[in-house]
Amino acid sequence: MSFLKSTLRNRSFMIGASFAALFIGAALLSYLWTPFDVTKLDIPHKLRKPNAVHWFGTDHFGRDIFSMIMVGARTSIAVAVVAVGIGIILGVPLGLTAAARKDSLLDEVIMRTNDLVFAFPALLIAIMITAVFGPSAINAIIAIGIFNIPVFARMTRGAALSLWTRDFVLSARVAGKTAPRISIEHILPNILNLLIVQGSIQFSLGILAEAGLSYVGLGAQPPLPSWGRMLAESQTMISFAPHLAIFPGIAIVFTVLGLNLMGDGLRDLLDPRLRQARK
Amino acid sequence: MLRYSLKRLLSLGLSLLAASAVIFLTIEIVPGDPASYMLGINAQADTVAALREELGLNVSAFERYISWVGGMLTGDFGTSYTYRTPVVDMIGDRIMISLPLAIYALSLSTLIAFPAGILAASKRGSVTDVSIMGATQVGVAIPNFWFAMLLVVVFSINLRWFSAGGFPGWDKGLIVGLKALTLPAISLALPQASILARVMRSALIDTMNEDFVRTARAKGLSKRQAMWRHALRNAMIPVLTIIGLQFSFLIAGAIIIENVFFLPGLGRLVFQSISQRDLIVVESVVMLLVFAVVIVTFIVDLTYAAVDPRLRGRS
Amino acid sequence: MKFLQIENLNLSIYGMGILKNVSLSAEKGEIIGVIGESGSGKSMMAFSVMDLLPTGTERSGRIALDGQDLLTKTEAQMCAIRGNDIGMIFQEPMTALNPVKTIGDQVAETVLIHGNASRNKASQIARDTLNRVGLPAEQFPLSRYPHELSGGQRQRVVIAMAIALQPKLLIADEPTTALDVTTQAQILDLLKKLVAEDGMCLMLITHDLGVVAELADHIVIMKTGEVVEAGETHALFRNMQHPYTKALFEASSHVPDKGDARAAEPAPLLEVRDAIRDYVLPRKTVFGKQGSFRAVNKVSFTLTKGENLGLVGESGCGKSTLTRAILGLEELQGGEIRINNTTVQAGTHMPRELRRKMQVVFQDPYGSFNPRHKVARLVAEPFHLLEVELNGAERRKAVEEALIEVGMQPLDADKYIHEFSGGQRQRIAIARALIIKPDLIILDEAVSALDVSIRAQILDLLADLSSRLNLSYLFISHDLSVVRSVTDRVMVMKSGEIVEYGVTEAVFTNPQHAYTKTLIAAAPSLHDALEKEND
Repeated sequence: MSFLKSTLRNRSFMIGASFAALFIGAALLSYLWTPFDVTKLDIPHKLRKPNAVHWFGTDHFGRDIFSMIMVGARTSIAVAVVAVGIGIILGVPLGLTAAARKDSLLDEVIMRTNDLVFAFPALLIAIMITAVFGPSAINAIIAIGIFNIPVFARMTRGAALSLWTRDFVLSARVAGKTAPRISIEHILPNILNLLIVQGSIQFSLGILAEAGLSYVGLGAQPPLPSWGRMLAESQTMISFAPHLAIFPGIAIVFTVLGLNLMGDGLRDLLDPRLRQARK
Repeated sequence: MLRYSLKRLLSLGLSLLAASAVIFLTIEIVPGDPASYMLGINAQADTVAALREELGLNVSAFERYISWVGGMLTGDFGTSYTYRTPVVDMIGDRIMISLPLAIYALSLSTLIAFPAGILAASKRGSVTDVSIMGATQVGVAIPNFWFAMLLVVVFSINLRWFSAGGFPGWDKGLIVGLKALTLPAISLALPQASILARVMRSALIDTMNEDFVRTARAKGLSKRQAMWRHALRNAMIPVLTIIGLQFSFLIAGAIIIENVFFLPGLGRLVFQSISQRDLIVVESVVMLLVFAVVIVTFIVDLTYAAVDPRLRGRS
Repeated sequence: MKFLQIENLNLSIYGMGILKNVSLSAEKGEIIGVIGESGSGKSMMAFSVMDLLPTGTERSGRIALDGQDLLTKTEAQMCAIRGNDIGMIFQEPMTALNPVKTIGDQVAETVLIHGNASRNKASQIARDTLNRVGLPAEQFPLSRYPHELSGGQRQRVVIAMAIALQPKLLIADEPTTALDVTTQAQILDLLKKLVAEDGMCLMLITHDLGVVAELADHIVIMKTGEVVEAGETHALFRNMQHPYTKALFEASSHVPDKGDARAAEPAPLLEVRDAIRDYVLPRKTVFGKQGSFRAVNKVSFTLTKGENLGLVGESGCGKSTLTRAILGLEELQGGEIRINNTTVQAGTHMPRELRRKMQVVFQDPYGSFNPRHKVARLVAEPFHLLEVELNGAERRKAVEEALIEVGMQPLDADKYIHEFSGGQRQRIAIARALIIKPDLIILDEAVSALDVSIRAQILDLLADLSSRLNLSYLFISHDLSVVRSVTDRVMVMKSGEIVEYGVTEAVFTNPQHAYTKTLIAAAPSLHDALEKEND
């Protein structure tokens, strides 16, 4: 069975990928077009329930919730993508290096530093950064990104260590190849699957973390729209305008659910053991 | 066992020391002069000088770090600039809400996750399994603070079973206090329980495929007996790891959830302090939370040894 | 009707046939050997008897134990039968025991689960059974955990669990495959003794003709899910009917044609002088002195051009460490290794022209290749060692030539490694070793993971290459019969030292060192077993 065919047959992946594509598409589309201008206040039409004109209703300034969710997707996705990027760009080389120099002082230093960073949840990092520099979306990116580094470093090291004991790595060493070259030629291609799966998981965790940070005011600041802050603003009006809280929440749930399903699907698709079993 | 514990204890101490250095560097060194940062740009020169004196900024950074760590070891966390009260008293009050909340949530999530995970694993592929896994998939995706808001809408605003927020104080009785923490604990526990149930299920399924389970079956144990007597304890090793890792998410979650329910816990304290630029309080609360994460890792390490004789070493 | 009677057993997994009309029978007190290569369905047959099959399997036919058809039993009834009437021993002792439970608890559980005794009584039975399998109370109290025992000792615990209730049928699925040859001999003796004492029926499943020939009363030979031949052991071997049986028999005692005796070329190719390799042990205390372990102790030998030298030893004897030191992957703490009079240095300091002189073929045909690369790239990897880069066409030509050399097709270069069988992969591994025309190829258990018929083909290929290309081999193996068939001289290694070193035939026919004698005596030999009968 071809890879494409099995991909199309993997229900988790297809459902998840469509959710994810929907929100990424909405975020991209929001640069060109939104049903209403999210920066324009329209007080006469404030707090409208969902209707034919405003599909998801309006907020206390009369802004269109649907348009705000589209623009908010940008912030969430951008923060999460950059944070995963930071985690991969810094974490993977650290993990590869630690594995290549197993039990050396360098390995020890890298791994102990990882443990240390791991003791700081993203929120605590954000609290420290905000306490010193003030709140912004950049803080959220840095905080989540730093938190991602040890996640990728640990995963990479663990997977690389088991590969280093494999005979094909030994043959490469017999062929006189250096550790960095072996890491790039033999180790990295074989952990790519794991990286993709872990990346999609961290992506979804990043969306959740960004929402949480914005909710408590440590992330995106006005006027930058963000799902987390929409929820924070809705809180005082929740008893008479629940739609303000419901739609951004659903947007978060569907994006995260989509990414998680996609990750599960990818794991099945990319796992060579399962692929063999299907043959 | 003793040697293993001592080794873990040593690494606990080193982690705390390193963490304190990172926190001190970020909060007291990076902003340049903490005194003028805390007072803002419009501060008078003599006020800044007075604060510098009070914070002991006139000595070297290293000496300040030593005296900060030394103070914490003796229970002196400094004095809040905004409230003019010892930080340790402020934290003492707040921790009586945050700590019970975290423990409440952790117990709830374990109580939900273990049976759910075990049930799903033992009926793998059945409707029960698929429904439990579907529910956890959604549970993982729901932001806990949003779930908290929904709980407030349903149980406080519509059904009026719980109050929408605030904390009456433990002096009103244990039941009253716990009731006030119930909705926050449920909203914190839901995503945790979902993750834990998934890990429990996959760990059990993996362990059930191990050779020693087959050996047990060959002895005449039924599938159920093999799972309870052999697989479960081995599956606890990955589950414990996740409980340890999740604790830091739990702490982060608690800080956010306190905001939803207006609970006067450490989370509220730290956000107030940030807006008031009270770095001394921020520093202490962050250190305390990191301490909690590290301590939990230590406890998880000790539990590993209780579960797995290979870690205890030869006696 | 016999005690164990399997009739027309069919088994399928998700509709795919695994066993086809398998029939066999055995009496109490008898040992029945079931022989087959991988994929023959012999293990599945055993699990069919236990009803411990993976999901999606379907059985038909009849499995009668003492007149009762096991196929008609419910799962609850089977639970009462397993462990009580039928015991089972598995291949991999390292993973067959629960790591978090004591050996006493695990043996006693067999008794407790069948409700035959109180907790105290069960412990007593566990103690007695462990004594019976050779694990006396002084060294092996019930409170021991599996990780504190060696592989052979763990296998004894598994046997104790299986025989605690004195079952009538004992199934042993490759019980000694994962063990060293001396341990294997002890475990086989133990099984033989237990069969005699308890009068049970033993179904011994193995790929090793030597093992069954020594032990079994009856033999069943299986191939792709079918019984191709069965009968009384010696009668069957005396008068083999089925071509597969003959081929198997041939392959087991296969001696490749070494070709003409080569011109004596005294030039030493590989010289090892007083090589010492110490490993640093993990610290016991934080500030204490670190201990060390000497894996290779003052090893010296010389391998001349064109010679095939064998290195035999059991696991943990230091042969792998020595190999890695020769390949320049590990540093020595003393002595010297020289190739063509140049000293081998560990790490990336080793000059390319030195690395070019030797290549290696590993044991595991599945782990030896990067699954992400095509064969052309895999085989060409040693070109890294050339001073001058080859261009694409030259590389391609060299790869194709190497593939042809090992009996593969040039077009195989464009495939991925997962498209090949274990034997083909080992050929590709040899092609990779050949491609830069080394003088020495180190064969590290290179045929150990292969089925006996495939092994014979690879051995022939190696012998052919050696004589045509004037290659030298350092042939490392735990398998005495293989070493005997392909090497000119042989070294026996034990606890890091070479205890015996000489011309292969002389060492095998007239061993000097006590350890060599034990090794040779312990190795199950088809020939000896059959000869004993003829006497």
